[in-house]
Amino acid sequence: MGEFEVHRGRFCGLVPAGVRCLACQPRGGRLALARTDGSVEVYNFAANYFQEKVIPGHEVRSVEALCWAGERLFGAGLSGELTEYDLVGLRAAPGTDGGGGPIWSMAANSTGTRLAVGCEDGSVKLFLVVPGGIQFERNLDRRKGRILCLSWHPSDTHIVAGSIDILRVLEVSSGHTMQRILVNYQVQKLRRECVVWGVAFLSCGTVVTSDSFGRVQFWDWERGTLLESHTVSTSAVLSLAVSEKEDSIIVGTSTGATYQFQLLPVKIGSLEKRWVRTKPFQFHTHDVRAVAHSPTALISGGLDAQLVIRPLMEKMQKKSYEAALRKFTFPHRRLVSCARKARLLLFQFSQHLELWRLGSTEETGKDGEVLPLCRLPEHLLQLKSKGPEHIYCSCVSPCGTWVAYSTASRFHLHRVQHEGGGVSVEKVPKVPKLLLPAYQLQFSSDSSSLFVGSARGSVHVLQLLEPGGCKHLHTLRPPSGSPEAVYLLAASADGHWLAAVGGDWTIHVYNLKCFKHHCTVPTYSGAVTAIAIHPLTNNLVIAYSDQQLFEFSIPEKQYTAWSRTVQKCGLHKVWLERDSPITHITFNPKNPSHILLHDVYMFCVLDKSLPLPDNSALLMNQSTLKQLPETARQRQLHAFKICKKFQVGGGVSGCVPGGASPGLTSCPLPAPQPLLFADLLDDNCLVMVERPIMDIKTQLPLPVQQKKFGT
Amino acid sequence: MVAPATLRVVRCGGSALHGARAVFSADSYLLCASGDFVKMYSLATEETLRLLGGHADLVTGVQLNPHNHMQLYSSSLDGSIKLWDYLDGIPIKTFTVGSKLLALYALASYEDLVFVVIPKSGERDTFQLVSVKLTKAAGQDVEAREVSVVLTGVDASPKCIAFGREGEYVASVKELNLQVYFFKRKQLNWFSLSATKAKSGSNHFTCVVCHPTEDCIATGHADGKIRLWRNFHHKKEYTYSTLHWHHDTVRDLAFSVEGTNLLSGGVESVLVQWHKGSDCQKDFLPRLGSPIEYISVSPDGALCCTLHTDNRITIINSNLRFSKSIQGLIKSTGVKTGLVVDPRTKALVLNGEPGHLQFYCLQSDQQLFSLDIVQRQYIHQAGLNQADLVKAAFSAQGKWLATVEEREDVADPELQLKLWFYDEETQSFKLNTRISMPHEEHITDMCFRDMDEVEDDSLILVTTGRDCVFKVWVMVEDTDPEAQQSVSWSCDFVGSYHNCQATSCCFSEDGSLLAVSFEETVTVWDSVTWDLKCTFCYPPGKIRNICFGRLTCSKYLISATDYGFLCCWNLLSCALEWSAHLNILVLQPDPLSEYIAAVSWLSKESSLFVFKPNEPRPIYIQRNLCKEKIQLAAFIPRDEPEVIGSEKHLWLRRSQLFFLTDTQELMTLSTKSLEERLTPSSKQLAVEESLPVTPFSLLLGKHRHQQSQEDIDLGQLIVHNKHEQDSPVVKELLHTPAHVLPSASFLCPIFINSLLISKENKSAEEVADEVEMESEEAEDDSDEERDVTEMEQEDTSPVELLGEVMCKLSKSQEKELRKIRKMDYSWISAF
Repeated sequence: MGEFEVHRGRFCGLVPAGVRCLACQPRGGRLALARTDGSVEVYNFAANYFQEKVIPGHEVRSVEALCWAGERLFGAGLSGELTEYDLVGLRAAPGTDGGGGPIWSMAANSTGTRLAVGCEDGSVKLFLVVPGGIQFERNLDRRKGRILCLSWHPSDTHIVAGSIDILRVLEVSSGHTMQRILVNYQVQKLRRECVVWGVAFLSCGTVVTSDSFGRVQFWDWERGTLLESHTVSTSAVLSLAVSEKEDSIIVGTSTGATYQFQLLPVKIGSLEKRWVRTKPFQFHTHDVRAVAHSPTALISGGLDAQLVIRPLMEKMQKKSYEAALRKFTFPHRRLVSCARKARLLLFQFSQHLELWRLGSTEETGKDGEVLPLCRLPEHLLQLKSKGPEHIYCSCVSPCGTWVAYSTASRFHLHRVQHEGGGVSVEKVPKVPKLLLPAYQLQFSSDSSSLFVGSARGSVHVLQLLEPGGCKHLHTLRPPSGSPEAVYLLAASADGHWLAAVGGDWTIHVYNLKCFKHHCTVPTYSGAVTAIAIHPLTNNLVIAYSDQQLFEFSIPEKQYTAWSRTVQKCGLHKVWLERDSPITHITFNPKNPSHILLHDVYMFCVLDKSLPLPDNSALLMNQSTLKQLPETARQRQLHAFKICKKFQVGGGVSGCVPGGASPGLTSCPLPAPQPLLFADLLDDNCLVMVERPIMDIKTQLPLPVQQKKFGT
Repeated sequence: MVAPATLRVVRCGGSALHGARAVFSADSYLLCASGDFVKMYSLATEETLRLLGGHADLVTGVQLNPHNHMQLYSSSLDGSIKLWDYLDGIPIKTFTVGSKLLALYALASYEDLVFVVIPKSGERDTFQLVSVKLTKAAGQDVEAREVSVVLTGVDASPKCIAFGREGEYVASVKELNLQVYFFKRKQLNWFSLSATKAKSGSNHFTCVVCHPTEDCIATGHADGKIRLWRNFHHKKEYTYSTLHWHHDTVRDLAFSVEGTNLLSGGVESVLVQWHKGSDCQKDFLPRLGSPIEYISVSPDGALCCTLHTDNRITIINSNLRFSKSIQGLIKSTGVKTGLVVDPRTKALVLNGEPGHLQFYCLQSDQQLFSLDIVQRQYIHQAGLNQADLVKAAFSAQGKWLATVEEREDVADPELQLKLWFYDEETQSFKLNTRISMPHEEHITDMCFRDMDEVEDDSLILVTTGRDCVFKVWVMVEDTDPEAQQSVSWSCDFVGSYHNCQATSCCFSEDGSLLAVSFEETVTVWDSVTWDLKCTFCYPPGKIRNICFGRLTCSKYLISATDYGFLCCWNLLSCALEWSAHLNILVLQPDPLSEYIAAVSWLSKESSLFVFKPNEPRPIYIQRNLCKEKIQLAAFIPRDEPEVIGSEKHLWLRRSQLFFLTDTQELMTLSTKSLEERLTPSSKQLAVEESLPVTPFSLLLGKHRHQQSQEDIDLGQLIVHNKHEQDSPVVKELLHTPAHVLPSASFLCPIFINSLLISKENKSAEEVADEVEMESEEAEDDSDEERDVTEMEQEDTSPVELLGEVMCKLSKSQEKELRKIRKMDYSWISAF
């Protein structure tokens, strides 16, 4: 008999949207990413590439181009509108019409004062960035053919625009076309159009283009001559990015490969330099639609929904966890909520919610054994959100009778009634008008109230009334006020405390009995990725993006002794080198010293009663540990019990109610799969929601056919 | 008389050409290391122009003198560097370094330095790159001990070190490390790759080359990748790009002269040209026949050449068009066909490239042509069973060729017998009949009825198989009117003996008898009625080889068994004539004489025995012929009988014996002394030779020339005299078996006559007829002389004994024969 009964749910059909564009903030530490569903995400380099902000998409607001103008982020898409994203309020401002049909490209000048926009009708329009919005300035010379890519010269005097078969250089002051370059010249016999997918204007006057013939070409714009041509692929080169020092270029192709070009001296000590194709990378299976070049890393995003950050080793001072290759497929927050008592799971998708009931078994087994199911997991209901807006957040109450979700403009609360086997859902009318959108929802453990994390650091407390009603009780605000939205909430089991984290990463603790601000957790310079309050001790456990763990005693308003020990000893090196943030923390009420944490690749039971591992100890997997003899295992015993990539073992017995997913019955320990969510149910059941990468791959369109040697 | 020189074993082909990269000279020659020699080929005619010999061990490096392109440096395992005037084949200087030299590099930027790879003293398998100062001291043999170490821990292969542009740096690869040493800055940079998983092969370095003008190093890897390293003067910010086409080890790389293109080759036998280091722009030259071992580019960039593992050189134009192929003896994976002689061209025929039969001309050391027998694409992949040629046989006139190919497959072996007809019009063999599965199992031997008659109906082919039968194949008229040829082959008779595996077969000289060996038994069959005539058995041991005696000895049948017995049977009495205890591997009769050569293998050395079947004592024994195992041998008829100085070597008069060792080196026995063979190259010139041409030197040269001319004339005269003294007539007379000779009184006039300059031919002919009649009678007598003698193996005396007998004979007869003067000796050749 194992420690836990594990439910391995693989019925979550989450398919992340493909990456459409990437933009590195110039001289800044942030990366903006737009997905094909119109959602925009911001990653923070300083916080270990933590996904700091998410602005959910909108059905009609596609994003084709994204650019930073200083601290401000603009997007434009096929709707023909330019949109500014409010990174504090996490919402898109109302768009400004470009007036030239669908917008394919957009670029900001070096000072961030002007935006150039390339439209379907062949025009390049200039917009001035003014406080509170943008303002149309003028049109540049218009020619036929959509402008697919744009780049400003670093001196802001010229703009190069790439179109189909042609490349144009426009003078900003006069608006005239200064040079037209036919890129299709060499292969004109083929009568295939050559699409210039990416362009970059270097300060030396060289124009770099990438085109659909798989070429990366370097042009002298003044003479209109080709300087160098590198064929990197047999399929199109879709994206191009230049480093700020202009000594390195990254391009992405439709076969999923990315290539780096470097400007290298031909001879030692000579001034003659040449662009050389150096490193090829094959991280993606599908089109690499967007690339970005940060000072220390090559970043690429593909239609396979992966964001890959490949650090440049030669720029790294030492081998640290910054030098690790990172691949992000899933969001850094949880899209799954769990009704612990009712054994329900709520999955959040971009425009609908799904409620599932877990399967159950009556048998018990040994460690690692797969138990047969007597009841299969059941899809109870699907809630479609109305309107074009995507869902910001959702939650199901622990008793399973309430489901709440929010979009950019609306907040919805539903009451779910379980009648025998059937389920009926009823919308709660007259929800109080709140300051929207809501960024995080959390029910109290007795399902009597709902906490709504909102803009400006405020948390609304709603009282849920039987049979189907609610009342706004109070709004909690940080005492000093904050412009940032609340993105994480944690309520204590006794209903006494509530912790809220805003975009400025300060953690406020409120007393729910008197609706007063209790305290602020001493600031730590790091992004908070998960918080939870212990049900018995009311200790707040905080996980940061740099993998640090803190335990803060709410009643005592200070860090606990254990937390201080952890800080004094330091965490294990291997633990700190992990590259994905902890997304969820929970506790085992039967064993108060246990903290259960997980990220996408591992699940860990942290036992506070055991000594911390030092750097010489092996922070190994439970499954490898299990193979050791008993004495060796005793010696290796330490606080971190990690099940990396879910090879469930150690003290965990497996009951896999994942009947919905195929190929599960024969293999007791299936291949490791990314973990979306893990939580402990009331009856010592561990539920894990996995999302096999292969299942996502099968839902993507077929990649470009490539002949592979030996097949 | 000249003292009987001992026979020398001479390498005459097949030496591995791939000791080092070939070198193009500035004036359209190609220089290649070949075994202990450096070979100079003409690029225009593909001929071997010169053989630079003088090294005592394998030549490991060939480099043009960068300061005088008419001179060549060569290094060898014997520890010396030689400087040659390769056009005249003259060694100018020999620098003795002392330790084994494994690779040689000569650079233009170093006046008197060359770089060599030598083993590190005291440590096994560690090598270092050192520079050697070539002193300008006078004299031919100079010590070059001034050695300074440049790099340690280098690989022994010459491909693993390369010098960068203008000699500024040197790059060396070994296993997973690349080290670059900058001479000026005295800086050593190390780059290492991390070992990869075994799935795609290891990423060990295999070769390195440097870009001629830029700072770029190209390295080849065992997993087929090519890496182009740049910025390697930075320890940290170095970078490389990868090119990948080869599926197996990259064996060699070469940059074009301008450095715009990179050539690579490997086991796929495809030369790949990469343009400007781009992965997408590449050209291929496929079907080069065998794995590429070395690539080199001519200094003018017009040509490049690839050296292949089978000792072929391919010359390729700069636009990647195949230009020429220089092929000596192609090294094949295994010579299964044996050494066959093409009666038409007198070429040596054996397995060539996979599935092909090569025709190798011994005189010119060139391949005449290659006949594709299997006619299937050969795929270079380990563990793939592919059809290969295993047997080949020619009919007596060379009109028909029979070949057997098989595919080794345990479950389902594939066998094909093909008969090829020589088409006079196209001057090549044309496939006439294809018989699939001629036997149930492997074919062990095959022979044509070897008759000189022109009619086709006497032509019979016999094959023996492990399926315990031998089959007789004959030509039949093709009844099918649509058939392109009038005849085809079909099976006529199937014979077997006690359900034993048939191992070899042989026809007697007149074609009337067929001997087939069945494991331990030799069976003799009548070739007309296919009756079993008799059987011979001499256990223990299975029969390895059988052959019939020829000419006067045609009544003998010789067999060798694998228990080390050589037996000679008399076919008339059906009795064992003699036997000897010898582990014979090769039994090869000379087609033009009675002599039979047998090669034995005993305690790590091969020995040669030449005997006549009617004499139990060998005529010639050469122990320790070579250290390697000799697999095959063949007698090649000479165009004209050679003048043989010693009686012991008379058997080499009509044909020359060639043999092939395990390592596929073709060797022969030469009666000529070393000096005679190497005259042009070993004639060493004085230092004045390289002086500028002045009128005086011209005069001097002319004078010298005249002198030498006189010398040569004198020499010829002497040779002529010698020729008169021991004319072949006398030899022939003395070496004809006594029982076939006419009476001594009759012979005397012939002998005396031979010593005179004959005046009338007419009378001589008449006498010849008489002699022939007489000799027939004599032959009858000789049948009675039977003495079965046991040859003693440990006794080395036979040679001396034989020599004594010969001596006695000649002395006693000479006196008598001197009186007679008017006879011709042409009767002998009638035999």
